[in-house]
Amino acid sequence: MSNFFKDTDIDTSQAEAIVTETLKNCDDGELYLENHKSESIVLDDNKIKSSTYNSDQGYGFRAVTGEVVAYTHSNDISKESLRKSSENLKDTLKSKKGTYNHEIPKTNSKYYENINPIESKTFDSKIDLLNSVNNYLRSKGSIVNQVTANFLGEHKSIEIIRSDNQVLKDDRPLVRFNVSVVLEKNGKKETGVYGVGGRQSYDDYLKDGSWKDVCDEAFRIANVNLESKPAPAGEMKVVLGPGWPAILIHEAIGHGLEGDFNRKKTSAFYNLMGQQVASEGVTIVDDGTLHQRRGSLTIDDEGTPTENTVLIENGILKNYMQDRLNARLMGTKSTGSGRRESYKHVVLPRMRNTMMLSGKYSQDEMINSVDKGIFAVSFGGGQVDITSGKFVFNCTEAYEINNGKIGSPIKGATLIGDGPSILKEVSLVGNDMKLDPGIGTCGKAGQGVPVGVAQPSILINKMTVGGTKL
Amino acid sequence: MIRDQEFLKDIASYCIENSKKLGATDVGVKVIHSVSENVSFRNKKLDESNRADSFAVNLTTYIEKKKSSINSSDLSKSNLEKLIERCIDATKITPSDENNSLPDKDLMSKEIRDLNLYDETHYPNDKKIEFLKKVEEIASTDEKIVNTEAGFTENKNNFILANSNGFLSGYKTSNFSSSCVAVSKINGAMERDYEFGSTRFLQDMMKPEEIGKIAADKAIKKLGPKKIKSEKIGVIFDKRISKGILSTLASAISASAIARGTSFLKDQINSEVFPNSIDIIDDPKIEKGLGSQNFDSEGVETNSLKLVENGILKNYLIDTYYGKKLNLKSNGRSGGTTNLYFENGDLSFKDLLNLEKKFLYITETIGHGGNIITGDYSVGASGFMVEDGELTYPVSEITIAGNFKEMFKNITLANDLEMKYSTNSPTLLINQMTVAGK
Repeated sequence: MSNFFKDTDIDTSQAEAIVTETLKNCDDGELYLENHKSESIVLDDNKIKSSTYNSDQGYGFRAVTGEVVAYTHSNDISKESLRKSSENLKDTLKSKKGTYNHEIPKTNSKYYENINPIESKTFDSKIDLLNSVNNYLRSKGSIVNQVTANFLGEHKSIEIIRSDNQVLKDDRPLVRFNVSVVLEKNGKKETGVYGVGGRQSYDDYLKDGSWKDVCDEAFRIANVNLESKPAPAGEMKVVLGPGWPAILIHEAIGHGLEGDFNRKKTSAFYNLMGQQVASEGVTIVDDGTLHQRRGSLTIDDEGTPTENTVLIENGILKNYMQDRLNARLMGTKSTGSGRRESYKHVVLPRMRNTMMLSGKYSQDEMINSVDKGIFAVSFGGGQVDITSGKFVFNCTEAYEINNGKIGSPIKGATLIGDGPSILKEVSLVGNDMKLDPGIGTCGKAGQGVPVGVAQPSILINKMTVGGTKL
Repeated sequence: MIRDQEFLKDIASYCIENSKKLGATDVGVKVIHSVSENVSFRNKKLDESNRADSFAVNLTTYIEKKKSSINSSDLSKSNLEKLIERCIDATKITPSDENNSLPDKDLMSKEIRDLNLYDETHYPNDKKIEFLKKVEEIASTDEKIVNTEAGFTENKNNFILANSNGFLSGYKTSNFSSSCVAVSKINGAMERDYEFGSTRFLQDMMKPEEIGKIAADKAIKKLGPKKIKSEKIGVIFDKRISKGILSTLASAISASAIARGTSFLKDQINSEVFPNSIDIIDDPKIEKGLGSQNFDSEGVETNSLKLVENGILKNYLIDTYYGKKLNLKSNGRSGGTTNLYFENGDLSFKDLLNLEKKFLYITETIGHGGNIITGDYSVGASGFMVEDGELTYPVSEITIAGNFKEMFKNITLANDLEMKYSTNSPTLLINQMTVAGK
């Protein structure tokens, strides 16, 4: 039984009938229902700055024929509203004729429990913990200028009704705990940010004082940056640390391997399938099936079970990430990568947990091999121009390397590179693959979705570092 | 159809009354309805049609100096009742903050001026389709253009903002926007560029031919870019991105950044931050303005402010909460700036390009490389080399870097200001930045 039609003037079978009738001349489509509860509690400047609870519910009704997507969405789950949406969709597609594809794989796997993290920890204990974070960090001395900490928790229930009464459901918990600290010393201010999260309860990340580790890490990064000097400018060797720096992979090649850009031939990768796009030791996957990870999904937002998709194997381009629409038009299968931010958004092929797998070198070997370059340990955000392939990301913790030794920390600088060629510049792949701490959100076409990344340390032969020192 | 004021007022009043019944000492609420219709085209064929009908209620309850909020899209009274209860429960156990309060009554907006922000014209989807066909037809004329995408969006909004001190006001707004993205290709390498128009009134929209032509011309001009050598050079910011300098200023002079001590402009009020030729204005009362408003997100009256006069920082952007922290009155900037712009400089665009023998002209930046705390700035960029006043060849895969404090002091403005966005700047030169390339 569906919970979405409780307290409405329509029941499940009536909704199913509208869906089937609306989509009868279409290639694909569904009614997507979503109930989303979320909370945000923020401590800032020694105070609980805000506590907010959000409750959102609605539907997105989609009809697809050929390349055309017709979409309507509304908060109003009612007979009248669904009928109007149905008319609108049929009107848009009136000149088209399609054949509905009923095939959708089934799964018994589950990659997270159906818990509601908001309710599984009391409001009081969240406030207490935020205050403890503030006190703990401020006890580190008068250099602590500002502390911000926040809880973000959500529970999303989705239901997908396809033509002929196929119904698919998923319940998704997600949490994130974040700490940011500003330190001031000799008139210089620097920030350190760290966070953890995934598809579990808050306490799974915070128990046994592990919240202190999050504080310590934010403090350490800020402290390093207080000693930073201007970053160099120009082309040089770059060693990336393991874990979160894999947002380089996400930006540089991940987006370029999403099905839509390749079907439309606007990706710099569109004609490179089966070709060597990376050095031989490089294997990259996009995996939606890791337990409790931020980017994992039991089924995607079209109802397709997720999988571990091999994108690049030993340097050869093997697969794109596909939703149903792009897979159909490119004559292949969905990889369970169809995602949307909410019922207000259309489905797009998106990344889940994008990972470069381990090779055989140690990080020390990489650093020792560099005469002059930088060692980048942590990043802020990144961005890519899919068409030209140019991408950037911003260092938040980095050091110079001189004659094989790590030197002074350097100021935050942007690194810029070219997606299709950067992976050919990867000369050593480390043996220390690490997942990120669970904090990533990917933006595409105005939609944000939670994602994960992972990689070992890697050595890149040549990248442009955007510092100020020539 | 967009719901009327009475419908929204009824919900707002319901929220205030029920919150007070349950023990709230103060209440603020916003109720919004928006309807949006979007059509997009790709390579001269219909690609997507999207209709959105959205409600939202944002409620904040206070019990003395304690505060908590809820947001919901479900306006049914049974749902609101439950959420109000939840909000009050959370308020009771949220720690007090002496700066929490509704705005001072005497600062509230008293009357609504018709700023011409609502055009009731409905542009049916088949008209949008005709429009987009024209956009793409022009955009794809040149054979170097291999892909085009175009979209048209129509938005209608109505809202009511209310609080328990008796404020209850709102108005309708509309927005029409159209865009074209063109992809060009030569020797296997592609470039992408775009044009975009956004207006309150349909009749003010750019012509479709113009949108298509500009997008295609820009995409073609970018073909075959070179990576240049790292050097220090004067950098000219195209109007599409020079407004970003103003957005940075706005973040750095927000009362929150100042009060928290996390701005590179802290303690710079009444100091010279820009060259003395520069004035920066934030004017909420421009007719048909994309950033225009009668009052801010708390209901406080907003008026035109000179943020910078003769290069001197004159005002912060102040809301009620951070205003109290700073011992300053709100100046109606809860929610940020409105129509923010640099007054024109003295030089024509052409004269600016001729100030030196060589410049880098930037048309696009990528990445989020600005740090408001330190003022450090480093982003990816693409654009053109300027030699003897002419754009000579496209440049890409480089970064530009500096520090905002220095950059602000080295700005020269052209006199080509246009009010195209809510934040607007003429073409802008920053003398000497570090460019990293080869």
